[in-house]
Amino acid sequence: MTAALALVASACGGGGGGSKSSTGGGDAAPASQYKAAVTQVVNPSTKTGGTLRMGMPGDFDSVDPGDMYYGYAWNFARFYTRALTMFKPVPGEEGLQLVGDLAEDLGKPSDGGKTWTYKLREGVKFEDGTPVTSKDVKYAVARSLDKDILPSGPTYFNDWLDTGDYTGPYKMKGKLDSWKGIETPDDRTIVFHLKKAYGGFDYFAMLPQTAPVPEAKDTGSKYKEHPVATGPYMFKSHELTKRIELVKNPNWDAATDPNRKQLNDSIEVLLGQNEDDLDQRLLSGKIDVKVNSTGVAANARKTVLTDEKVKQYADSALIDRTWFTNINGDVKPFDNIHCRKAVLYAADRSAIQGAYGGPDAGGDVALSLMPPKMTGYQKIDPYGVEATPGGNVDKAKEELAACGQPNGFSTTISFRNERAAEKQTAEALQQSLGRVGIKLDLKGYPQGDYFKLYAGKPDFAKKNGLGLMVYGWGADYPEGFGFFQQIVDSRVIRPAGNTNLGVKDPKIDALIDQAAAETDATKRGAIWAQVDKQVMDSAFILPYVWAHGLFYRPPTLKNVFVSQNWGMYEFLTLSTQ
Amino acid sequence: MLLFVVSIATFAIFFLVPRLAGMSADDLASRYVGKAANAQVIHDTAIRLGFNDPVIVQYGRFVKGIFTGVDRNYGPGIEHCPAPCLGYSYVSQNPVLPDILNRLPITLSLALGAAVVWVIFGVATGVVSALRRGSFFDRLSMGIALAGVSLPIFFTGIVSLAIFRDQLGLVGDVADWVPFSEDPLTWANNLILPWVTLAFLYAAGYARLTRAGMLETMSEDYIRTARAKGLAERVVVLKHGLRATLTPVLTMFGLDLGLLLGGAVLTESTFSLPGIGKYAVDAISNNDLPQVMGVTLIAAAFIILANLIVDLLYAVVDPRVRLA
Amino acid sequence: MSPFLDVKDLKIHFPTDDGLVRSVDGVTFGLERGKTLGIVGESGSGKSVTSLGILGLHKGRGANISGEIWLDGEELVGASQEHVRGLRGKKMAMIFQDPLSAMHPFYTVGDQIVEAYRIHNKVTKAVARKHAIDMLGRVGIPEPGRRVDSYPHEFSGGMRQRAMIAMALSCDPELLIADEPTTALDVTVQAQILDLMRDLQREFDSALIIITHDLGVVAELSDDILVMYGGKCIEYGSADDIFYRPEHPYTWGLLGSMPRLDREPTERLLPIKGSPPSLINVPPGCAFHPRCPYTERTGDKARTEAPALAETEGGHLVRCHMSPAERRDLWENEIKPVLETP
Repeated sequence: MTAALALVASACGGGGGGSKSSTGGGDAAPASQYKAAVTQVVNPSTKTGGTLRMGMPGDFDSVDPGDMYYGYAWNFARFYTRALTMFKPVPGEEGLQLVGDLAEDLGKPSDGGKTWTYKLREGVKFEDGTPVTSKDVKYAVARSLDKDILPSGPTYFNDWLDTGDYTGPYKMKGKLDSWKGIETPDDRTIVFHLKKAYGGFDYFAMLPQTAPVPEAKDTGSKYKEHPVATGPYMFKSHELTKRIELVKNPNWDAATDPNRKQLNDSIEVLLGQNEDDLDQRLLSGKIDVKVNSTGVAANARKTVLTDEKVKQYADSALIDRTWFTNINGDVKPFDNIHCRKAVLYAADRSAIQGAYGGPDAGGDVALSLMPPKMTGYQKIDPYGVEATPGGNVDKAKEELAACGQPNGFSTTISFRNERAAEKQTAEALQQSLGRVGIKLDLKGYPQGDYFKLYAGKPDFAKKNGLGLMVYGWGADYPEGFGFFQQIVDSRVIRPAGNTNLGVKDPKIDALIDQAAAETDATKRGAIWAQVDKQVMDSAFILPYVWAHGLFYRPPTLKNVFVSQNWGMYEFLTLSTQ
Repeated sequence: MLLFVVSIATFAIFFLVPRLAGMSADDLASRYVGKAANAQVIHDTAIRLGFNDPVIVQYGRFVKGIFTGVDRNYGPGIEHCPAPCLGYSYVSQNPVLPDILNRLPITLSLALGAAVVWVIFGVATGVVSALRRGSFFDRLSMGIALAGVSLPIFFTGIVSLAIFRDQLGLVGDVADWVPFSEDPLTWANNLILPWVTLAFLYAAGYARLTRAGMLETMSEDYIRTARAKGLAERVVVLKHGLRATLTPVLTMFGLDLGLLLGGAVLTESTFSLPGIGKYAVDAISNNDLPQVMGVTLIAAAFIILANLIVDLLYAVVDPRVRLA
Repeated sequence: MSPFLDVKDLKIHFPTDDGLVRSVDGVTFGLERGKTLGIVGESGSGKSVTSLGILGLHKGRGANISGEIWLDGEELVGASQEHVRGLRGKKMAMIFQDPLSAMHPFYTVGDQIVEAYRIHNKVTKAVARKHAIDMLGRVGIPEPGRRVDSYPHEFSGGMRQRAMIAMALSCDPELLIADEPTTALDVTVQAQILDLMRDLQREFDSALIIITHDLGVVAELSDDILVMYGGKCIEYGSADDIFYRPEHPYTWGLLGSMPRLDREPTERLLPIKGSPPSLINVPPGCAFHPRCPYTERTGDKARTEAPALAETEGGHLVRCHMSPAERRDLWENEIKPVLETP
């Protein structure tokens, strides 16, 4: 049903021309209906002209395609850059599908997934008219390896490419051609050589780090002032930390780019806006779209959810994020799996859902760790949460008995001070675990140092008896590796600043390796589902909420839908006419 | 003397800010790399940024940069940031000084505009209140003044935006900063609410100060003399009364303006004005030491400058202060 | 034909939160051109309020003013504020005590004189400045062309008082009121200033009121003297009447308090015990009775009945319950001998 709607809507978006979204599901006016844009394109239009006005509470980590890590930055970067692959900009599950962008198609694995070959499209040019070659892509990836100059992007290429001694073109000038980690047998072919097999390399190829950068125009850490465009728009001005203006790129050719249009005359981004005020301007239609990952902030959420006139233009949609609490096996008696399971049974997930803002603003009650919109998700519910979201006291007591603590025990729960929802979560857990005799001490820490000094520092957590640590994680991209690896792979644990707060299960590690090497997407998805199940079985993590973002689209905004991939509005299609 | 105090202060910041954050060199460095950098990258960053050096060495490097400039590797080449160089931001990698100077016109526009509004309204209200002590106007305006100094600007700011922009539509919806030289009307339109909101906060204090000063001055003997000469009451109040009252007002004005030029932190954040105050907030929340240092120095410079100007103006206003 | 300045039953009352302050409570006197009246009393006796009342400076400031003030045939109590303002500084001017606080510290002496002059004379600044220099010269300030640009704090006390006089005289006032003109000055300067005022009065032929707590100041200048106590006139007569035939015990006290060169300054021959009365709760009966050494002579009357101001002889008025004969007897036999003791 969802997929069907999406297909109809996107078809309509292709040729509609200003009329309201067609009514695949029989709705009278889907454009002004709550959650309409979750499954279909709202206000399809092919009219051109106008300025798309975007506003942002902070700033991008960078707009240099080689130096960005946030989903909204990657989403935005596709206005002016073209990476080798991209997620299809369509609503519904189809949006999780990777397609060729700068490359004609997805990569061709060989050597068991250790070598990936891409063929570039013909006729793609930079904004100055220079043709894009495979060398520009190689250079772009190579420069992103230098974390001294470009520190913000992900390190997948550093970790997986066969870099040898090569440390990037800044430190090793003139060595690019002799570096064989990436080869460019001709101007349209690029070959990546990995250290070990990785089946999901097309996801890496989607990273903006593969968007071509002309070496002659590269200004290192200053490149963000004017990244050279290959997409339909290019930088007209970039007043750092204040404002970005994009205009049409005259050298972009629609014939080479089946996934993009060039409807807006220009795109303006106001940076560093006061968030409450930005939300107000969004609600009054003075800003077309807010650039962030979770939609409107707490104050505006109330307006959006309580005023039906406003709510009809809002969308509550799953984002690739789960709110959960780590159960620390280093702290007794959680070294015993039964004590951990007692927590998983006793927790009242409904109360925590309330703490995060309820089903609309907060999210759905989580049955397992993996967010359900991710590729490969299979529904599992090992603790019967769907039937008893308030917790199962009897089962919890059974597990406590099995653990040798029939009367319960005391431990400490940590949370981030600045986050009211996490404090309320800790309180909800204190209450629900109290029902089976597990007494919790609440301990808040400053958010900025939560990982560097407190919960994320195993020594500290152990010494201070942090048995439970409130936490949450969002995926880099909607595929198992991008979600799980940083939080459940025991081998990423380091002395401080951890993202994995203590999940140590060799079975999980092995499954991750297996999934990483699998080149068949379907099989890989199945392994990630197994990882999800194993995480639940080893009971190091108590997931409770699959997060939703609450997004608002002014009625004047055209071609709007929530991308299942980004978990926010797809920027590429937006227009105003 | 002042320079000495400033240098001590900056050193204290240099020394204390990272310590207060309670971070090791790697902890600190991990803030300036991507959100999932590995330990090696973090460690390299710490070394590159010099976090492992003794604080005195780091400070020395900073001070040296002010006098000799700084060379920085931006990737494809080496860039020289000429003296006085306040270094490069750890986060944005931009040189600090041009960033601050770039934002100066915004803070300047905000502070000076607001100052005009608050001096006019504050002093006028204070004078009228003093002359009609105990009247309805006096009570009302002093009540409003109390509200003015008590209400936080992020409250008055957001409320005034909601009322005047969103409900009444009295000011345009251009939220973008436009320089005066480009379009004075839009410039003023964009700034009128921040001016008024900021001025509301300050005008209150000036009204109270002026009122108290006027009450005192108007009972002075020389006011009686002025009246005995047959001067019109308006002249007595404005030429003789207000003139004497303005000395403490001027002192306060200099200090306030100096502080504001160092960044109207809350106002700029509330109204999304990318001025020096906003810069300072971002710098502190990012723990971006070069930015914090830069903005501290610039703010200190403004305060010193403002004090100097006030001292000079003193002599103009009050002949008793003049040196023989 | 009424005199140049004719004050009749002047009352100036100030309503306050604590009650009605009767600062001036029925004062009557007259003054001709070229003549000098001394108003004498302790602080709080109402003498300064009277003078400010004549200038109309209490108008519109919450004071209840009644009675009549006739100046050159014009009634001022009922006149408009604006009209009285036009007279102020021109027809009548005032010299204040303590010129350091009475002159504006931020303007030059010259500017302040120029301002006073230009209110009432439509002249250019340059002309007014020339006039100011001229005035400064006439009051005996050396190098007036240079001092005109000095600030009050740059003057000595005596010079400041001269400048103050120059300012007051700048518009040739016909009535000049000097409020404690010499209090802040040392003795030799006092004498110079008094001489100056006398000379200027002759030159301008103006009526002069000198207000002081010190009978010595008015001794040489005054034609008539009015002694005030508790807002009321208690004795009024010619200078000779007051100095040679005083009849009120309070006046005797004032005479006894006059500093004399042949005695120690701290020595008081006839000290007045107690302190001036509260102007809100004026003592019943004779306002002076709590401090009067002769209260017992009139019995309960002193405490219950207010004495009237009555003429004893030839325009000499006294407010006392004792009979004129009794008072003269006391003066001749008890007071005068003490005062004249070498």
